[in-house]
Amino acid sequence: MNIQSCVEVCNEWDIVSARQLGRNMAKELGFGNVDQARITTAISELARNIYLYAGNGKICIEAAEKMGKRGLKIIATDNGPGIKDIRKVMEDGYTTSGGLGAGLPGVKRLMDEFMIDSVVGSGTEIIATKWLR
Amino acid sequence: MRIPILKLHEYLLITIQVELDDQTALQFQEDLLNKIHDTGAKGVVIDLTSVDMIDSFIAKVLGDVVRMSKLMGAQVVLTGIQPAVAITLIDLGISMREVPTALDLEQGLDKLRLELEG
Ligand SMILES: Nc1ncnc2c1ncn2[C@@H]1O[C@H](COP(=O)(O)OP(=O)(O)OP(=O)(O)O)[C@@H](O)[C@H]1O
Ligand SMILES: [Mg+2]
Repeated sequence: MNIQSCVEVCNEWDIVSARQLGRNMAKELGFGNVDQARITTAISELARNIYLYAGNGKICIEAAEKMGKRGLKIIATDNGPGIKDIRKVMEDGYTTSGGLGAGLPGVKRLMDEFMIDSVVGSGTEIIATKWLR
Repeated sequence: MRIPILKLHEYLLITIQVELDDQTALQFQEDLLNKIHDTGAKGVVIDLTSVDMIDSFIAKVLGDVVRMSKLMGAQVVLTGIQPAVAITLIDLGISMREVPTALDLEQGLDKLRLELEG
């Protein structure tokens, strides 16, 4: 059961579609209420960042499995400007858009695993996973 | 899409029952400020019982609207924040410390009454 579902993110309404997809998959995989909210919120943050900073990109969600654990994996990719200083954007309160700067450090806390890979001038990929307890 | 704003005596009541996209949230911010201006309302309750997700953007819009309303002389109380939403807000590092909250609509109205009349 390793089906992947994706939402192209190019406008504000795609952010809503992405988080609805995430909530449905989280429910199907058996996540409880609180983890469903965590996953949905994380997707919303990543999708909004794509829309704001890269213009467009893609959110893919798939079932994950590792050493007998099952979970949900979010893969956010864009071909935007990339991130120069990854340490900086992971700090609480750091923002270049007048936001709260809560998004990326928040996603890291909301999820169990978090990986960010970014190349200036070519784009960003963020993979975040939540495991079922 | 527009979120309806009800007037009840000198209070305004809003129950958010739609999935909040960015445009709807910003439109609501503007509509509420206009309504405060037009009605001279002194208190506002925004009920979030049906809201199952608040991300950093919506949190910012809500926090801003509380501060903007205060500038216009109206006190806002947020009510009905779900447990899962409270947990994710803390995970996000958003404490909403300066935002008045209450458990439900009834307690929200009580809180306003105490602050405005007491
Ligand atoms: N996909 C991306 N491509 C390029 N830059 C990005 C991307 N995502 C985030 N950034 C940069 O990282 C910064 C921090 O992002 P983060 O989501 O933590 O905060 P924010 O978006 O500024 O505010 P908030 O998410 O609280 O509304 C952004 O201001 C932006 O400069
Ligand atoms: Mg962000």
